[in-house]
Amino acid sequence: MRHLINITDLSVAEIEELIATAQDIIQNGKKYAEVCKGKKIATLFFEPSTRTRLSFEAAMLELGGSVIGFSSAESSSAAKGETVTDTVRTVACYADIIAMRHPKEGAPLAASKVSPVPIINAGDGGHNHPTQTLADLFTIYREKGRLENFTIGFCGDLKFGRTVHSLITALSRYRNINFFFISPEELRIPDYIKEDTLWKNKLPYIEVERLEDVMPQLDILYMTRVQKERFFNEADYVRLKDSYILEPSKLANAKKDLSVLHPLPRVNEISHLVDSDPRACYFKQVLNGKYMRMALILKLLNLEVDS
Amino acid sequence: MKIDSIQNGIVLDHIKAGNSMKIYQYLALDKLDCPVALIKNVKSTKMGKKDIIKIDSLIDINLDILGYLDAGITVNIIKDGVLKEKRRLELPEKLINVLRCKNPRCITTVEHSLDSVFNLVDRSKGIYRCEYCEAEGN
Repeated sequence: MRHLINITDLSVAEIEELIATAQDIIQNGKKYAEVCKGKKIATLFFEPSTRTRLSFEAAMLELGGSVIGFSSAESSSAAKGETVTDTVRTVACYADIIAMRHPKEGAPLAASKVSPVPIINAGDGGHNHPTQTLADLFTIYREKGRLENFTIGFCGDLKFGRTVHSLITALSRYRNINFFFISPEELRIPDYIKEDTLWKNKLPYIEVERLEDVMPQLDILYMTRVQKERFFNEADYVRLKDSYILEPSKLANAKKDLSVLHPLPRVNEISHLVDSDPRACYFKQVLNGKYMRMALILKLLNLEVDS
Repeated sequence: MKIDSIQNGIVLDHIKAGNSMKIYQYLALDKLDCPVALIKNVKSTKMGKKDIIKIDSLIDINLDILGYLDAGITVNIIKDGVLKEKRRLELPEKLINVLRCKNPRCITTVEHSLDSVFNLVDRSKGIYRCEYCEAEGN
C-alpha cells in the first residue's frame, strides 16, 4: 500500500513519472476521462481549504471517479471526539483513496498506519504539503524545462510555511540549485531544515532580509503568505504580515524570464498589479496542481492508461 | 562504604555521576522487590566520578531506554557470582513511548492512544525527531 505523506516518499524517478503522466493528461485528456470510473476519493478536510480540496475533487471527477467527504472538523465525527485513526478506518470502508488535511502535524501519518487504502497528505499543520510541492515542481518544470541548474528565492514566512519546507526538501535532490531565503529574522527557515536538508546535502544558501537585494539573481521567486493561523500571538502577526510585498516596481530589475510562484491564497504579499506580468505563474500553478493530483491518484490506485 | 557483591543480577556501571536516580526512575526499579543498590559519586580513573546501580536479580532491562539516557553505561550480567556478559550500549534507532512530543501542534499531543515514536536522525549529536511532526525530542 503506497501513501504520500512526505514528498520524499516519492523518488526522483517517480516524480519524473508523475510529470510525464501529467503532461500526457494535458495533451490527451480524453483518454483519461473514465479511467477512475467506479472509484471514489474521500476528501477529509479537518480544517478549511478551498483550493486543495477542490483540486482533489476536480482531479477525481476529471478521471471519471466520484467524491465524498467533509470540509471542516465541525461537520465530521471529530466534533464528537472521534480519533483520526477511527475516522480513517471508517471512511476507508466507503472510499478507494483518501486525501486528508488536518491542523495537527503528523495526523496523515497516523492515518496511514491504519488505513487499508492510500492516504494522501493534503497538508498537516505547518509541517508538510506534498501535493503542493508536486504542483510547484511541475510548474518549475513547465516554465524552465528542467528541475536543476537555477537560483530560487523563497520570500516571506519561511518558518511556518510548510510549502516552503517541502519544496526545499524536494529540490535538495536535484543538481546545482542555489537558494536565497528572504525573510525577517523571526520567520527564518527552521534549524532542522538547515541541518537535515541543506547542510547534510552541502547545498549553498544565503539568508537575506531584503527582497530587492537579490532580485536580479533569481530565476524563480517563491512568495509565501504570512499565515495568521500559524502564530500564537496576534501582535506578532500584525507586526510582520506586511514585511514582504511584491509590487511591479520590485520586478523592474528582475530577470526577463523570472517565474513568480505562490502556493496561494495570497493576502496582500503580491500586488494584483503583478498578475498581468507574464512572469506571474501562480494561477498556472493551481492548474498544474490539478494535473499532478490526477497523475498521483492514478499512481496510488495502480491504474494505467494505454498509450 | 561497602556494598556486598551480587550472585545473580545486573550491575550498571560507568553511569555519569548524578544520573543514577534518573535511570532508576526510567527503568522503574522502584517497582522491584529485590535488593537494588544505588551508589553515587564512586571514584573512577576513567570518569573521575561515576554512579553504579546494582540489581540483585536477573530482570529484563530496556536497553533502548538505557542507551538513550546514557550510551556510556556498561551493563554487566552476573551469574553465580561470576561476570558472564558485558554489554556496551549505543543510541537506539527508534524510541517508542520513551519521550513525549512537546510540539503543541503534533497529533500525539491530542491523540494519546498513538505510540510516541522518535527516530534517531543524528547519531553523533544524539538527536531524535518525532516520527509524526519531526520536532526534536529532549
